[in-house]
Amino acid sequence: MSELLFQKSFNAETEQLKYLRDWVRESAAQRAFAPERIDQMVIGVNEACMNIIEHGYAKQGGEILFEVFSDQEYLIFQLTDSACTVDCSTIKSRELDDIRPGGLGVHFIQEVMDKVEYLPGKGGCGNIIRMSAKPRLK
Amino acid sequence: MECVTRQEGAYIIVVLEGEVDLHYSPVARKSILDNLKNNNHVLVDLSGVKYIDSSGIASLVEGFQLARSSSLEFGLVGVSDAAISVLKLARLDKVFPIKDNVNDFINA
Repeated sequence: MSELLFQKSFNAETEQLKYLRDWVRESAAQRAFAPERIDQMVIGVNEACMNIIEHGYAKQGGEILFEVFSDQEYLIFQLTDSACTVDCSTIKSRELDDIRPGGLGVHFIQEVMDKVEYLPGKGGCGNIIRMSAKPRLK
Repeated sequence: MECVTRQEGAYIIVVLEGEVDLHYSPVARKSILDNLKNNNHVLVDLSGVKYIDSSGIASLVEGFQLARSSSLEFGLVGVSDAAISVLKLARLDKVFPIKDNVNDFINA
């Protein structure tokens, strides 16, 4: 059974990313995660939100719901948008040997989080990304 | 994020400070690329970077690629712990020339 620790809606604008990072830090501090682990979680959540802003809403704005849950094992960060529902099978990280700008977000999220779930939004509208983190460093 | 430039020897040093995220990385990108397009060797000082995301890393990669295609030098100096951890995540910590300070590039 997971407990809701934090919930906030905000506009999908790049200026909001610094506040999101602070909310992650504050939520993780409640669970006494190590600073380095908190830094990892900040990276993951920030990248997920960047993807919503850039690709989900194509920089046209929209609303994002950020929620933090806690259960026995994980701290769970969830971002919900109302952009067009993405085919989750198309969400993949790219080859890192191919050195080029961009396309690193999915890889970063997978590297720092213990579990990543891409889900359709409620009623089949929008998208949910749920990222779960254990306390120990990845 | 703050972005200032200075000249040292044959290099333009682009100094980034603070949080280089999607909101601010276009400023860093423009500074890096404009200086390279003006035919300068460029070093990016990351000692004051407290956070950098994939868009900030992308700016560095673009600079690296433009420098290489233009036969110019490009490197990173004083990479903070925050920046090096993200470079390692991207497997780019062994790709960029990285040194502790500008003199290490000048004297190389």
